Amino acid sequence: MDKRSIIVISCGHFERHVLEKITADLIHFFRFPLIVKECTLDLSGFYNPTRRQYDANLILKAISMLSSPDAIKTIGLMRVDLYIPILTYIFGQSMLDGSTGIVSLYRLRNELYGLEQDDRLLIERFRKVIVHEMAHAFGLIHCLNPSCIMRSSTYVEDLDQKDLEFCFKCKTELDERLNAFRI
Amino acid sequence: MMADKKVSILVVDDEESVRDSLYNWFIDDGYAVEIAASAKEALSILEARDFDIILADIKMPGMDGMEMHRRIKALNKEPIFIIMTAFASVDTAVQALKDGAYDYVTKPFDPDDLSHLVRNAASHVTLKAENKSLKDRITTLEDVDDLVGESEAMKKVLREVESVAQSNSSVIITGESGTGKELIARAIHSNSPRKYFPLISVHCGALTESLLESELFGHEKGAFTGATFNRKGRFEMADGGTIFLDEIGTISPKMQIELLRVLETRSFIRVGGNKEITSDFRVLCATNRDLKTMVENGNFREDLYYRLNVVNIRIPPLRERTEDIPLLVNHFIRKYCKSMSRDLITVEPAALKHLQELEYPGNVRELENMIERAIVIGNGKEIRLKDLPMGKELMSSSIESLDDLEKNHITSILNKYGWNISRASKALNVDRATLYNKIKKYNLKK
Repeated sequence: MDKRSIIVISCGHFERHVLEKITADLIHFFRFPLIVKECTLDLSGFYNPTRRQYDANLILKAISMLSSPDAIKTIGLMRVDLYIPILTYIFGQSMLDGSTGIVSLYRLRNELYGLEQDDRLLIERFRKVIVHEMAHAFGLIHCLNPSCIMRSSTYVEDLDQKDLEFCFKCKTELDERLNAFRI
Repeated sequence: MMADKKVSILVVDDEESVRDSLYNWFIDDGYAVEIAASAKEALSILEARDFDIILADIKMPGMDGMEMHRRIKALNKEPIFIIMTAFASVDTAVQALKDGAYDYVTKPFDPDDLSHLVRNAASHVTLKAENKSLKDRITTLEDVDDLVGESEAMKKVLREVESVAQSNSSVIITGESGTGKELIARAIHSNSPRKYFPLISVHCGALTESLLESELFGHEKGAFTGATFNRKGRFEMADGGTIFLDEIGTISPKMQIELLRVLETRSFIRVGGNKEITSDFRVLCATNRDLKTMVENGNFREDLYYRLNVVNIRIPPLRERTEDIPLLVNHFIRKYCKSMSRDLITVEPAALKHLQELEYPGNVRELENMIERAIVIGNGKEIRLKDLPMGKELMSSSIESLDDLEKNHITSILNKYGWNISRASKALNVDRATLYNKIKKYNLKK
């Protein structure tokens, strides 16, 4: 029996119902058992005072080291403002076909853009980015289909336009990759 | 976003985190990405392969991004070059763009800006590739597939085509009927700088004077009975391209004057019009007549002759290059088997020998007709001797123009009635005077 699982590392407080929705999504799309762990990292070590943001590359490396030998893939969830050197911000990051991804809900908040707080929308966006980054970890690249979860999204409006679903092409490719894992 | 071939990007930056981040970002978008830590390393990579897009930091130890760009241009490579810098500077941006950079971006980028920039650059790459592919197709479609020949005579013709194609000079192509004069005209056009513009052909011998005038210059609505709309003439349609005047030796003295004026001024007025129209065209002409003799006899204007005859290309008759016959036979077999969706067939040795011994008054066209006919009536495996016409039958297959048809028919009727003018004229349904005129016109002899 395959004892491997997807590990979700929660770095920051997330309500139970939010975590339940996230784990349900990951099980539904990627069909592996799932374990949720609390993060023991001190994120202040990754803070860049010049940028006033947190270095996503360093956090990604650190999260991958917190994983376990049985992990198929690991994803870290956080609430801080992430950056990589070349970009002003990112929603999340993962290595294509790599072992680890990280996602933050910081830049998904309406308040950041001068809009009214909307927790329901925030959770929906968070779920989409998590599934998107996990799919990258399983080797899927961006898709041009505007409603596919794999469409590249650089603004929250882009996120809102796409569905929490894969298009047929991406679904087929994901299934092939998942089957390859199970062989 | 991308054609079947992935758009390739080379990222050049001395900072590892920048290289790695950009690598991951572009890989997620499905680009083919490589990284280089310095301009020197990038140039070394570029010696081995090309990239569609180069994203380079402007400030690097050793050689900077701008110098690297200059060196890449010196290698005659033309990737889309995007400069990155952490320091926004208008002067540097302007200089980079003046030096041919596609765009200039300041680190850190807004993720949307980076995505859009590279997506636009990738579209540009795809469009360039499609454009080149279409242009290559145009060249292939208009190419010289039917100009088959390894004989010295044909090689000379092809060398002349190559040397004259690039110029704008007028050319007279001479040769017997069926030698491929129009093919030569097409070959000249398709190898010239005008190849992306039209090649307009006009068969001067097939039109009356008034029809030819309307055909060449166009007409305005109401210019004559039946002119119910404005119509562009062939000179106008050839603007930017080439006009091919076939059977130039048949045009009337009045048309010769009008043609001369057009060639001198590159302008004309439509029939029934009053507005002068200019057109930029190159002239190619063809004739199977001896224009020089026609000039000497006063039947062709000397000034027009010299204006057209800047270059003369003579196509030899098939009987002067019989060594090309096997090649032509194979060429036509491939052509017609393909068009009839049949398997390729062979030629029995006796049939090939016979083909090489014929006179071919109709030249290559005659040979082509023969091969096509043989494929249609043959056994589907090979062309046999019995599939080929023999002797006098060949005369009827060499018919080209209406004059040829008339001449041959009158000859055959006269021969049939033993040159009895009364009986022959009755059979031809013309009066005796008309028949005598025809005999004189075609210089027929008993």
